[in-house]
Amino acid sequence: MAQASLPIEPEPRPGSSARARPGWLGRLGVGTSVGDGAFRVTTALVAATVVLALIAIFAELARASSLSLEAFGLDFITSQNWDPVRDEFGALPFIYGTLVSSLIALLLAVPVGIGTAIFLSELAPEWIAKPLGFLVELLAAVPSVVYGLWGIFFLAPVLREHVQPFLASTLGILPIFQGPHLGFGMLAGGIILAIMILPTISSVSREVLRAVPGIYREGALALGATHWEAIRTAVLPHARSGLVGGVILGLGRALGETMAITMVIGNRPEIDLSWFAPSYTMASVIANEFTEATGDLYLAALAEIGLLLLVVSVALNVVARLLVWRVGRLPSGARV
Amino acid sequence: MKQHIYSVLLFSIATGFAGCKGKETAATGSGESDGDDIALNGAGATFPYPLYSKWMSEYNKLHPTVKINYQSIGSGGGIRQISAGTVDFGASDVPMKESEAAKASGKLQHIPTTIGAVAVAYNVPGVSTPVKLTPAVLADVFLGKIDKWNDERLTAINPNAALPDKQIAVVFRSDGSGTTGVFTDYLAKVSPSWKSEVGVGKSVKWPAGLGAKGNEGVTGQIKMTPGSIGYVELAYAMQSKLPTAALQNKAGEFVEPSLEAVTRAAAGVNLNEHLYASITNSGGKGAYPIAAYTYILVYQDMKDPRKAAALAKFLWWAVTDGQAFTKPLHYAPLPAHSADKVKIEIRSLKAEGKLLISGA
Repeated sequence: MAQASLPIEPEPRPGSSARARPGWLGRLGVGTSVGDGAFRVTTALVAATVVLALIAIFAELARASSLSLEAFGLDFITSQNWDPVRDEFGALPFIYGTLVSSLIALLLAVPVGIGTAIFLSELAPEWIAKPLGFLVELLAAVPSVVYGLWGIFFLAPVLREHVQPFLASTLGILPIFQGPHLGFGMLAGGIILAIMILPTISSVSREVLRAVPGIYREGALALGATHWEAIRTAVLPHARSGLVGGVILGLGRALGETMAITMVIGNRPEIDLSWFAPSYTMASVIANEFTEATGDLYLAALAEIGLLLLVVSVALNVVARLLVWRVGRLPSGARV
Repeated sequence: MKQHIYSVLLFSIATGFAGCKGKETAATGSGESDGDDIALNGAGATFPYPLYSKWMSEYNKLHPTVKINYQSIGSGGGIRQISAGTVDFGASDVPMKESEAAKASGKLQHIPTTIGAVAVAYNVPGVSTPVKLTPAVLADVFLGKIDKWNDERLTAINPNAALPDKQIAVVFRSDGSGTTGVFTDYLAKVSPSWKSEVGVGKSVKWPAGLGAKGNEGVTGQIKMTPGSIGYVELAYAMQSKLPTAALQNKAGEFVEPSLEAVTRAAAGVNLNEHLYASITNSGGKGAYPIAAYTYILVYQDMKDPRKAAALAKFLWWAVTDGQAFTKPLHYAPLPAHSADKVKIEIRSLKAEGKLLISGA
């Protein structure tokens, strides 16, 4: 009976906030056993704490940053000047560094991650897929400070001695590949992030691809499609929203990553088009400067960066969810 | 100030009764036999942490009932926590500003505990003798105005070193730190353009270079980047065996960083009435120019008499017997004239208006 009375929710839709209410109240009341009612109330309360926690974090950050909000207003996000000595704070270089380093990470990790997932779920024989999948997931278990150390002692020197000279000599007309070869900088930060979000993207994608019913593949193959065509026309379109979901999870990790990227990005609050130049992220500046920040305005400015990071993360997630929702509603025959 | 004088007077009266048993034993008074364990909590500077944790474990061996916990959360956090009264003592690498002191619930006293120094470390392939730097050249390197190792201003003071035609990569501390505070304090003293363009602080707007997190981060980046130059705590420079520059001091001598040279920097400077002093660019002979006291912060009049007595005795021990632990851990001991002043100050610490040491 419970099965029948529980309305199964379709994809959540924005703009239909009232949808759950009548059912909700009804479910709490008549027609159910006491145990079920208690269970529902308890789980509803637990779910509410998640929302409350987010609101509490937001409110506290807003309160802590009130001084800075008052003092700088919108200038805070348009100014490039971050000078603790003179109590002048502008967050633009950190916003830029966060977004660009995450973008580099996605550019590198999405093709590799989804490619790995396709190989693991569609092509690789079981005896390769299992250990390889395990190894990829192992990447997620490496503490971020270890990635940072690897970045300092291996990645940065390799970038400086080999990769950056190569990029400069081949693609040097692009402004992103110009400037002195330091090793540490935006490129190193983006690469570290890419490696860190790779396991998230590839393992989520693999599960999503595995969930695509075998009948789709078989149907495509029966119609004479090649292996590649079957994956492209039958499997990937079906898995699209799940794949985007995996990428969002990866992006979330990239935006908030602190330790590893701090160790390699060069920590200079300057906007430089070159990916060889040092940069700085929002999470890094908070981690770096909070412990020793004493002035009230300074602390408020750091809190406001935290607030901005939260807003940027939530906004990007909302955009990505909308994307998933929209993609999910496309007719299933539509091409990627 | 009046309070100080009264305290000193009171103390001398008290010791007068005690006779000539010797000043150094003043710390062993009452309170030891109370039985129950006393837990003291402190928080603050990361720089003296290795020394403080050594002190605390050694002190616990001598006085098993006294347990001292120290969290190295940074000088800024130390100042905030002692001001809010959530810890029994704070610790900071830089003296409190007036505005910070005003926020505390009582008068906070600086107790200098040891001296640290900042070494300028570098990685220049093919150079074996220590690179010499004058204050002006050092400042211009960190300002980005000198950006090649074979710049003529560098080769002029290092005629015997084969400085290469290589870009200088400046490495600075990205995290706020007392080390940066001391280093920028020195640069601002010796370079007017540093003072006007950058200024002094635990985090500043660096005109050039790369930021690395922590002493270990700076050390790592210097080791991995040929042509780099940066600044680290002396202890780190010694342990990591990075080459360090000989800096020209106020007297015109080029001095390599060493504990002796650091203590000499403090020898020529008197602590002020708040017991702090800047000893960067010190005028003493053979003095290393980038050095600084580090401080423990305590309320001059504390609330809990038992805790206060235990804390005062620990501080007394730290600036007397405890100084023996400084050198093996690459810290410089307090010079005698500073230690004497500090002892007078510790004797003047009170709880609920009563003196703590000398059994008052």
